[in-house]
Amino acid sequence: MARMKFLCDAERCIECNGCVTACKNTNEVPWGVNRRRVVTLNDGVPGEKSISVACMHCSDAPCMAVCPVDCFYRTEEGVVLHDKDLCIGCGYCFYACPFGAPQFPQSGAFGLRGKMDKCTFCAGGPEKDGSEEEFRKYGKNRLAEGKLPACAEMCSTKALLGGDADVLADIYRDRVLKRGKGSEIWGWATAYGKPDQKPQQPAAPQAGGQS
Amino acid sequence: MRGRLIVVAAAAIAAVGLAGCGEKDQVVVYKQGKYQGKADTKPWDSPEFGGDKAKWEERIKARNLSQNEYRRMGG
Repeated sequence: MARMKFLCDAERCIECNGCVTACKNTNEVPWGVNRRRVVTLNDGVPGEKSISVACMHCSDAPCMAVCPVDCFYRTEEGVVLHDKDLCIGCGYCFYACPFGAPQFPQSGAFGLRGKMDKCTFCAGGPEKDGSEEEFRKYGKNRLAEGKLPACAEMCSTKALLGGDADVLADIYRDRVLKRGKGSEIWGWATAYGKPDQKPQQPAAPQAGGQS
Repeated sequence: MRGRLIVVAAAAIAAVGLAGCGEKDQVVVYKQGKYQGKADTKPWDSPEFGGDKAKWEERIKARNLSQNEYRRMGG
């Protein structure tokens, strides 16, 4: 079965915020809540890079681990969802999430913190598929319509990809090869940064075979 | 007369006492680490796919692959 993931190609993202708009429009996300954001690194500096960030639907999700009422679940496709009827809006998931994905709508005269809201990978929630109840609480269930998340499908430069992780990896690898680049853009160094020091070379065998 | 009152009082106490037995749990009984919310349906259980998982997977795969514009251009 597919493992649903997002992948953002920083070489292609032009910071148009089309993904953010598509998400807000499709899911009618409440005021003050952004399920997706575009983050720019080295903003204003030549060579700046932007990436679109939302819930990464972690395989070992920290939000799921810290939730005191266990309102999170992972679907068969690897999408992390939650039950808003059970959520108590405590905010633990917000502190646990390294991507700042959980959002809390402010409501009422005192800005009361509402139930947690986050990217659902356009997969709705634990309500009848396509129902008014599901849309009101979680947004559109595009996955049940055989579609991928609106943000990825609306991306004009196809920087943001969403879907089966294996297919996405193939698409990205294909792009990198088409760009004429190799290991300098695809690999550990790209994902986690270049090491400060070169790895130590293994000691050359001594001549003479002395022991 | 007094005996009758005792019987009535005993019956009333028993009725009130037994009413407590019908009380439902007001809170969710938590099982640590287990999802406590409502069950969700599978995406292929929607009216559009009618439980046909293969059809759903095929549609999703086609959408997935169409994200590769090199493939769309035939390059």
